[in-house]
Amino acid sequence: MRKTLLCLLFSILISLLMANTFSAEDSPWDDGKSIDLNWELSPMVKKVEICRQNGDEPVRILVTCTDATGSFRDNELQPNNEYHYQLKAYFEDDDLTLRASAQTREQWFYMGKLGFLILLLLLCAAIIYYIQAARHGKEFFIRRIAGLDSMEEAIGRATEKGKPILYVPGISDLDDIQTIASLTILSHLAERAAEYDTEIIVPCRFSMVLSAAKEVVREAYIKVGRLDAYKPDNIFYLTDDQFGFVAGIDGIMLRRKPAANFFMGSFYAESLILAETGFATGAIQTAGTAQAHQLPFFVVTCDYTLIGEELFAASAYLSKDPQQLGSLKGHDFGKLLIILLIIVGVILEIMGISNLKEFIVGAIS
Amino acid sequence: MKSTAPLFFAFIVGVIVLLSEFIPHSPFNQIVSTLEGWFMIISGFAILLGQISLIRMNTHKIVHKLDNWQYHLAGLISFGLMLTLGLLWGMQETPGILGDAPGIQAWLGQKPFDYLFDNAYLPLSATLFSLLAFFIASAAYRAFIIRGLESNLLMITAIIVIIGRTSIGTMLTGWLPENLQFWHFPNLADFIMEFPNTAAQRAILISAGLGIVGSSLRIILGIERSYLGGDK
Repeated sequence: MRKTLLCLLFSILISLLMANTFSAEDSPWDDGKSIDLNWELSPMVKKVEICRQNGDEPVRILVTCTDATGSFRDNELQPNNEYHYQLKAYFEDDDLTLRASAQTREQWFYMGKLGFLILLLLLCAAIIYYIQAARHGKEFFIRRIAGLDSMEEAIGRATEKGKPILYVPGISDLDDIQTIASLTILSHLAERAAEYDTEIIVPCRFSMVLSAAKEVVREAYIKVGRLDAYKPDNIFYLTDDQFGFVAGIDGIMLRRKPAANFFMGSFYAESLILAETGFATGAIQTAGTAQAHQLPFFVVTCDYTLIGEELFAASAYLSKDPQQLGSLKGHDFGKLLIILLIIVGVILEIMGISNLKEFIVGAIS
Repeated sequence: MKSTAPLFFAFIVGVIVLLSEFIPHSPFNQIVSTLEGWFMIISGFAILLGQISLIRMNTHKIVHKLDNWQYHLAGLISFGLMLTLGLLWGMQETPGILGDAPGIQAWLGQKPFDYLFDNAYLPLSATLFSLLAFFIASAAYRAFIIRGLESNLLMITAIIVIIGRTSIGTMLTGWLPENLQFWHFPNLADFIMEFPNTAAQRAILISAGLGIVGSSLRIILGIERSYLGGDK
């Protein structure tokens, strides 16, 4: 009796060891463009090959490995399509073929972004709350931003010297939020320049930015009633090429010697070439970018630098509009929230609890 | 209408793009890719505006013989030359109006456009980029002049990183025993780059991210209008 039982147990163990499974399932909470493949084979397997067979399409080998157990995500598929997979397992003196099928399905929510959505909603709610509070007359304290306060000084200096102001709206196209932020600053700067009757030069790298910058400056001159002083030729296209653009601006700085240079927007490797040339001409320089790698260059070479968030806050700060200033308070709430999350996250990690981290990491991925 | 329509479109498009970040289901993903396609089409047409601006500005300066008009003439000739060569004989695999110019290719080794691109444009571009090395040296010199506590700290940190990233660093502290390896220059430099430097950069990136959210929200809600030309 005991012998039979042992034999039975041994055969169950062997069959469990030898169980070969292969499955294909639609990846959950995605845009219906991937399928998850999982396999579990006997440890004696020598080689595993998985391929996709789909209608008349040629067979495509997706995985070749020696792992007895594993998973693979087949990406870049068409949504709402059925896909057929074949796994070929090669053993010492035998081979095995397993098949699986799955249909891709579009989901209505990216579950991995839930944490991100919650954070975004909290931040938006805070910004809207502070905007509403400002609308109802509540006044907020906004810290001084030296780089923006110096704008008057820079324009005043250019006016005194009778020299132009150079404004570079970054080297990215209009689809970059930094360029949009730069154009909002340009609007305020052009207004001041129009009031002081100081020439403003705006070289642009992209035609879309050129069109927007022209409109922004023109409207600013109209707003202060100085359309006669507006010079459309001072806002011009240079070139799409990164270093060609820099060479052009360097030439303008050396030949026309602007009294004030503004570098606002997205900058890359050319940031130091621009700012050092401006420094050599003796101009008062203000820069602003959210590119963390370029900030040290601007900090060293410019008189004032708007760091990251300050670039986006500039327009609200300069407008003195209570509603826009209220939105800046929302940013502060966001910072507080992030600080709290970091502190709580560190404490939880020390305690060995990773749920918060996983939730946030899931949100980012 | 002139000011309301852009605000309306900015709101609708902003909301759709925002929703598509969280909703993977159609039609949101298709709408976003269509909008991206539209942007490309508008950009394509806008290139013409750029060329017109370029020709107008340079011609004006040449015609009126303004200061340094010769540079503008050189710029205009270069633009015209590249445009003509590209149109006539194409570039790389793309044939031009007159085909592939096998005769010229046999003489130059490549198409005229590619010849000028490789032998004039690329060296000029590389020359300008190489200036960065000298600018870094002069900017670093100014940054490291000892003026106060901050510049002192900056200089000390910079020296550690510079020495740690060169072979001198390995030579200078390579003899340190195993338990003092943290003070080995390359390890110190790695520590500075990995922890204090990364922490500071992340702080800037997080605050910039918050700024982007706030800025986008102001634009979507129509509170921020100065990018359209008119203030609120």
